[in-house]
Order: sequence, then structure tokens, then C-alpha cells
Amino acid sequence: MSKNYYDSDDLKKFGNITEWSPEIGDNFFKYYNSVFEKGALPVKEKALIALSVAHVVQCPYCIEAYTEESIKNGAEKDEMMEAVHVGAAIKAGSALVHGVQMMNKGNKIIM
Amino acid sequence: MATKSLKARKSQLSDTQRQLVILNEKPFNGTLPTFKAKLDLHNLDLKPKNLEIFQINLGYMCNQVCAHCHVDAGPDRKEMMSKENLEKCLDIIKKHKIKSVDLTGGAPEMHPLFRWFVEKASAIGIEDFIVRSNLTIIVANKKYYDLPDFFAKHNLHIISSLPFYKKEKTDRQRGKGVFDDSIKALKMLNKVGYGGAGKLKLDLVYNPGGAFLPADQQNLELDFKTSLKEEYNIDFNNLFTITNLPISRFLDFLIASENYEEYMHTLVNAFNPAAVENVMCTNTLSVRWDGYLYDCDFNQMLDIKVDSKCNHIDLFDYDNMKDRNIVINQHCYGCTAGAGSSCQGTIA
Repeated sequence: MSKNYYDSDDLKKFGNITEWSPEIGDNFFKYYNSVFEKGALPVKEKALIALSVAHVVQCPYCIEAYTEESIKNGAEKDEMMEAVHVGAAIKAGSALVHGVQMMNKGNKIIM
Repeated sequence: MATKSLKARKSQLSDTQRQLVILNEKPFNGTLPTFKAKLDLHNLDLKPKNLEIFQINLGYMCNQVCAHCHVDAGPDRKEMMSKENLEKCLDIIKKHKIKSVDLTGGAPEMHPLFRWFVEKASAIGIEDFIVRSNLTIIVANKKYYDLPDFFAKHNLHIISSLPFYKKEKTDRQRGKGVFDDSIKALKMLNKVGYGGAGKLKLDLVYNPGGAFLPADQQNLELDFKTSLKEEYNIDFNNLFTITNLPISRFLDFLIASENYEEYMHTLVNAFNPAAVENVMCTNTLSVRWDGYLYDCDFNQMLDIKVDSKCNHIDLFDYDNMKDRNIVINQHCYGCTAGAGSSCQGTIA
């Protein structure tokens, strides 16, 4: 077992999570795979959304997987970086918008 | 990007034996199963079916030096099929009524007897006569400008590499200016009737521009068709996605970029038993410029000849070829990964 909390080889073992709970695990992968199939959104856009979210949730496995998936499906470097910025902007915005709550509270209690 | 072949650069990897040693070292000496072990695990066996495709490599000379080329082709490669061997190939095609003949290289059009051979072979009446054209050769020199008319006259099926529908990615893999020249050539082919609903077939080949597997062939075809039509008014028939096999210049890239082991893991993890039945070595024979026979073009580039005493066109024996054992090695994982890969695209 690796002494690090994150080991890139663990990504290859992702499928093994079904071993300890096959039914729920299989259901998850069925759902997961169907989400990323071509639907109303093209596969490339889904990969870019996943890449953006991967950064927001700071999942190194997901970042590795969806960097490759985005490139594989034809995404350009600038498209990928813009997707990361979208995620970063939402994360920054979601922190900052709480500033309104701060202002509301502050305005209420300051004489 | 290199402008010379591995051979001209005197790279160690121009030695096929060296490549075979690498393919049998780490991670296949314990961590990953060999291709043979993987087939055994799934109770699968590779056996030849009827010979459908006779793929003739006219020589390794090419006007391009692509970064991923499994042939290690380039302007400095002088290997070329003799007239004598071309005539022997014609005899085999005629005698065994071969359905599909597939001319490849290098750039097959650069062979001085290319047109002579096409005229002779056409007269035999081949169902599907394929030429693998790199497109840029058509606009490389005045003497090639009439190739689209020549192709059309002989009803040749043109299969051309175009790694992507955008300039940057194409040029990164195939060299500066390749995308623009390819677009010019595609327009010339469309002009004489290629790529439409008629009988003149123009298919494109996509292969990944790096250490990853191709995306879904159908989705990519749609992207290619939409983009090439909207931006350049270009039509083509089918897109074939081909996986890069870890040999020659692509192997060189994998090792230099420290992607080799990870890529082999990717190929092995994506092993698809359903692809095994239709891998191209089961219905194809590949002929080298000097007349030696191989199970596929990749085995040719590793100089792994067919497992038979009749391993040269001089000794060609149809029944013996059908009974042969297909020779495999770790590079074969490239043809069975994901949706599978062949010179005609996905197979599963």
C-alpha cells in the first residue's frame, strides 16, 4: 500500500469499488457511463464540464482522467483552460457572494 | 519536430530488435500480462480467415516526416519495391482473385512505377483498390497535380490521413504546412468526384496526437464532417480512427516523453476481447518492398515475418498462408484496445 493519500495508480483500480458492494457499484458505473455518452450535449462538452468540476472539487484522479478525455475528444488547450477558469470563477464567486451576507449583517448591527 | 527518419538519425530504435527487446521488458516482465497471456486468459486464439486484403508496401520514401509514423518513413528512406516484385504481386492478385488491394508506403505515389502498377492491377478487376495517400503529395510537385484525375480514372479508393480538422494539431503531428496542403488536396479530390455519394470513395484516418486512445469513431466523424464542411466545403465518406501502436517513431516519442509504461497500461486495461476476432491480421497479408510477407504492416515494421517457410512472394502459397500461426507481441494490444483498431478503423 502506498504511503501517500493519493496514488495515481489507484485511478486504475476505480472499477474495483464494486467488489465490496457489487450492486450499488454496478449501478453507479452504469449511471456514470450513461452520463458521459453523447446526448443533448456533445461528448467533448461533457468532458470539459467534468474537467472544470474536477478542478473545483480538487480531485487529482478526475483532473488526470478528464484532461485526457478532453484532449481525446478534440478539445484545444485554450478551451480546457477556459473550462478551468469557469470553475475557478464560480468557486471564487460563490465565496465572494457571501460578502452580501456579511454586508447585510454588518449593516444591521453597525450604528 | 524531427525532419529525418530514426534510421537517418542513427537512433537505436531504428533497430527492430531493440524495439522488440523494449516491448518485452518492463512492464511486461511481471506487472502486465503479455499479449499471449491475455489471449489465453480469455481463451482466445488468432487464426487467419480468408485472405481479403493484400497490402503492398511500395517503399518507405515519403515527402513527410510525421512524428508518430510507425514506418519511420521520410524523404531519406530509399527502400523501394522492384519491378520484378511488383509483377509477382500482380500474379498473386490475379491468380487468387484478391478482393482488396491496399497500396501503402511511405507515399506510394512517389514510387516511379506507381502509375504503371495501378494500370496493370486495375485491369485485373479488383473489387476494392485502395491507395493510402498522405494528401500533401498531390500538391508537392507539378508532376503529381493530376493524381486526383488518375485516381478517379482507375476508381481507386483513397484513404488519407488527416489527424485533425484544425491546423495546429495536424501540423504538430505531421509537419508545418501539412494542414493547408491537405485541405488543397482534399478540394482537388472533391472536384473530380471523390467523397460524395458517387462511387469514388474518400475516407480519412484520424490517429491521436499523443499518448491516448482515439475517441469514439462515430462522434469524431461527425465533428470532422461538420467542421470540414462548414469551414472548407469539403466532403468525405468515412472517418477511420486508428490507435497509435508503440513502435518506431511513436515508441520513440513514448520513451522520450516518459509515457511508455503508462501508455502500455492504458492499452492493456482497455483490452477488448470482442475486438480480437476482427483484427486485421486475420484477413490481411502485408508485403514488404523486398517481397517478404508479414501478418500486418506493424509486424512488417518490426520485421516479424509470417511464421512459414513460404514467407516471401517468390514462395507464395495461399493454403499455407491460411494455415499459418499469426505472430504476436506486445504491440498487438494496440489493435485490441477499446473499440479496436485496424487500417479500416474500429473493429468492435
